[in-house]
Parts: sequence; structure tokens; C-alpha cells
Amino acid sequence: MSEASAPAFGKSEKGVLEKGVSLWEDAWIRLKKNRMALFSLGLIALFFLLALFAGVLAPYPFDATDYTVIGQAPGLHHLFGTDDLGRDLFTRVLYGLRISMSVGLVATAVSLVIGVLWGSIAGYFGGAVDYAMMRFVDILYSLPYMFFVIILMTIFGRNIIILFLALGAVQWLTMSRIVRGQILSLKHKEFIEAAHAIGLKPRAIIWRHLIPNTMGPIIVYVTLTIPRIILEEAFLSFLGLGVQPPMASLGSLNADGAAAMDIYPWMLIFPSAILALLLFALNYLGDGLRDALDPRMRKG
Amino acid sequence: MLRFLLQRLVGVLLVLWVIITLSFFLMRCAPGGPFDLEKPLQPDIRINIEKKYHLNEPLPAQYFRYVTDIILHGDLGPSYRYSDRSVNDFIREGLPYTMQLGFFALMVALTIGLSMGLAAALRHNTRWDYLAMAFAILGVSIPDFVLGPLLQLLFGIHLKWFPIAGWEGFRYFILPSVTLGSYYAASIARLTRGGMLEVTLQDYIRTARAKGLSEPVVVLRHMIRGGIIPVITYLGPATAFLLSGSLVVEKIFQIPGLGRHFVNSALNRDYTVALGMVIFFSALILVFNLAVDLLYLVVDPRMRKK
Repeated sequence: MSEASAPAFGKSEKGVLEKGVSLWEDAWIRLKKNRMALFSLGLIALFFLLALFAGVLAPYPFDATDYTVIGQAPGLHHLFGTDDLGRDLFTRVLYGLRISMSVGLVATAVSLVIGVLWGSIAGYFGGAVDYAMMRFVDILYSLPYMFFVIILMTIFGRNIIILFLALGAVQWLTMSRIVRGQILSLKHKEFIEAAHAIGLKPRAIIWRHLIPNTMGPIIVYVTLTIPRIILEEAFLSFLGLGVQPPMASLGSLNADGAAAMDIYPWMLIFPSAILALLLFALNYLGDGLRDALDPRMRKG
Repeated sequence: MLRFLLQRLVGVLLVLWVIITLSFFLMRCAPGGPFDLEKPLQPDIRINIEKKYHLNEPLPAQYFRYVTDIILHGDLGPSYRYSDRSVNDFIREGLPYTMQLGFFALMVALTIGLSMGLAAALRHNTRWDYLAMAFAILGVSIPDFVLGPLLQLLFGIHLKWFPIAGWEGFRYFILPSVTLGSYYAASIARLTRGGMLEVTLQDYIRTARAKGLSEPVVVLRHMIRGGIIPVITYLGPATAFLLSGSLVVEKIFQIPGLGRHFVNSALNRDYTVALGMVIFFSALILVFNLAVDLLYLVVDPRMRKK
């Protein structure tokens, strides 16, 4: 954090200021009290490691078909069973988790960069620039963006890079609004005036002083964007418009499972349970972080 | 108020124009023409086809034709993939199914969402509240493409209560409507709870109680009116989500609605149909949003003065 008053709580009984508790320590203390959020954090860490080390952990290659074990129920050799082509479902879920999580991270990063830049420029310069930039955001807001992602995927081909970009490119709107609002409320504070006074350029003021002070809300929104993008990728892959076979994401595994559920129900149950758990944990952590980082936003 | 409506109307038309323009140029950006087949077409056939679809005209003329056809005739153009069908044919075919699905899903969402939200707010911090909110979080976290197949498995295949596919009567409507509506039910429950809890502390509620009104009257006549305003604002964006949700639900339950046509056209790379349908969806969403704004004015008298 830079100059923005790191809140100095933790006064001793005599009223003498002891070592201040930074915003982050304070948030961590609050988050630790929230058992569900901590549990979610652990679960996400586990999923992350599983996805990261999918190549080492997976007992079989993800696209290896074996006609001797088509449609086997979960058992010792195949933890989650096998699919209708004789592929090991546990392996496929691991790789699917990897794809889903990386789409979530990369697309969120794309949306973060666009949203923060857009919002901070609009908020900092204000006036006509702000008006034009935010009306543009308003217009995009009223578009049915999932349809546009589908159109982009249709026109530019269904590959994973386009998927990253397209999903990120439609998710930055709320981010830009949040950042703009924060910047507007910060830009007349004394430390910004001081920065002006010592002759800093707008670029430096935005990067060094304004953006770092909007980190709290940005982080909260990012943790809530990741599950949304994972969900949207799964949605597209479910429709057959996302990740293309033989690659798999949690969404396409769900689609395969839905098609085969009357014969091989485990093909549906495992991927959908993993996806639901992942989304549930991410949403819970996001809510917990919001409560921890910005207690004012807590409701009810 | 008239000024407000006019402003909104101009905004809607502007957005539609942006969408139509964007669609047109996206269509022209597409790598590879619509008639690139595995076997190249003979040059004279190609020229004839391009003439039929006016692709030989200069770009501004094509753009002008596209825009005027949509605005003056409501004609979204032909399908390049199925030469005897137009985008309007697809829409006419699919719209009734999608509208019915959306309507029933919204009914499910409103019934379950409002009653859960009200119960949670009126029994604030009791077991009912926690139960309702747990359901709400569950409803928001489980995506419809997970819920749908699970419902099919449980109620269709194992219990055999409902058919798992098709759209031929009331029994067929239940699973798809619940699948599509569950997310909105959960959101509406949260919004209702939040809105109601906020209203409870208002002065006018205290006044109503002080006047000696009975509790049901206070709740039904005074609290609900203010408490459901967040729900009404949510109905606008919800139509957009309902439409995109119906893409998945129509696929799961094999309902021949707009969503199925849209997904098929995207998979077939039938650009004119896909983009034409996006324009139609957008228009639909904008109209619903406008309607919600009007409803807002009716419900909340404070809005009329501004």
C-alpha cells in the first residue's frame, strides 16, 4: 500500500499506538474467523495442485482409449470409472480441471487488465472522456454478451486462445465501473494532490498511487469473476462451442456425461460434482474475502 | 417522465443500431466466405450465388441494404447454409417454444424465490432464514447444465415421474422450467430477503405499525411494495440470462426452440442466421428492459418525481 492511510488499529489500553495492523493482516484475521471461507480456500488449493500436477498424477494419458474397459464402473483401476470410449475418467477430470482453471485465470487476467485500465483512465480524467468511456460501457452492458462470445468463437474458429480472449473481453465491464468509482472517490484526496504538487505525470499517479489503493475491491471482484468465467467456459463447452475433443474441460465432460447418463451415470456424476464443488468454493471464498476486505459491503 | 422515456427509447435505438452494425462487419470479417466448400465452386456458379445474395455489390451498399431490410421490413436476411430458408423462418419456428419455456421458468423462479426470500426476511436469523439462504447459495452455484441432467437422471430415469425430453404437454414442462428457473429463484430469494430487511427499518413501516395496522397488512401492503423493488430491477437483466440459459436447457431437454437453432447455426457456421438471431435476442432484451423501467415507475412512486 502507498500513502493511503494504512488503518492503524491495535491501540493498547493506554492509548499509545502499538504496531499498526495493515489492511491485509486485518483482512486475514477476519477471514480466519470464517470457517467456510477457509475450508473453501483449502479446497481451491487442493484443486489447484491437482490441476497443476495433472500430468504427474494422472494414471493414464488423457486421450488413451482402451476398448477392453469401455464403460467400467468406478473401481480400483479406474477411480472414477471409464467413459464410453474406454478412457480413464479420473484422468480426464484432472485434465478438465486444468483447462477449466486455466481458462478462469487467464480470461480473468484479460478482463482485469482491460477493466482496470479503462476504469482508471475514465475516472482519472473525468469530464467528457469519462462520459464517453462510460457510455460505451453502458452500451456493451445491454448486449447479450454470451451470444457475442459464441459469435466470436464461430467466426474466428473454436480454439482455446480465442476462448480466453473472448471470455475475458466481455467480463471487464463491471471491473471498469468498480475501478472508476474508486478512483473518483480517491482522486481529490490529499496524497494525490501532493503527488500533483511534486509534478508527477498522470501515468505515474494512476499506476503508483491510485490503482494500488483500489486493490481491495479489485481482488474481491476478481475472486468472483474467476468462477463466473469457469462457469461460462463450461457452458460453452457443454454446447460444443468451447474446448474441442479430445481435449476436455469440466463443461465438455459434463456434456459427455449428460449424453451417456442412462448407461454410465458416473460419467455425469463425477465431473458435475467436481465442477459444483469448485464453483461453490470459489464463490464462498469470494464472499468471505468481500466481508474481510470491505466490511462495509457486508449485508444482512 | 416523458423525457425519461424518450431518452431511454433513443438509447435503445442507438444500441440496436450498434448491434446491427457490429453484426454486419463481424460477418464480413469471417475468414473464408460462406460458400467455401471442400470442392471449390465453379466460377460462374460462384458469381451467380454472389449475385443472388448481393455479395457482388460494394460494401456500403450491402450495409445499407442490410440495415434497411431489418428496420423497414423486419427481414434479417437469408440463411447461407439452407438456401430455401430465412433467419425469420428459424425465429418463427423456435420462438413459441422459447417463450413458453422462459415464461414457466420465470413463474417457477418468482414463486419459489419470493416465498423463500419472504420467509427468510420475516424469520430473520432463524432456522428458516439459514435454510433458505443455504438453498439460495446452492441454487446459484449449481449451473443449469449440471442440474438438468441430474434432474433427468433422478426424476426421469429412476423415478419415472416426468419425461426427460420433448415439449408436448404440461408434464414435459416441469423439469426444463425448474432447471432454467432455479438460478433465478435463488437470486430472487436473496434479493427479496435483502430488500425486505432494508425496508423493515424504514420510518414508514414504523408509522404503519404505530397506526395500529395488523402485521399481515403491514407486510403485504407496505413492506412488500418497497421490498421487492430490487427484484423488479433484476427482471430486466434476468431476461437476458433466461435467453442464454435456454440455449443449454433446450439442448438438454431436446426442445426445438430458438436456442437450439442458434447453437446449430453457430456449429454450422451459418453466420447470417447466428447474427440475425443475436440481433433479434438483443431487441427482445432491450424491449424487456424498457418494460421493466416502466414497471419500476408504477411500483415505486419515488421514481416518478425524478
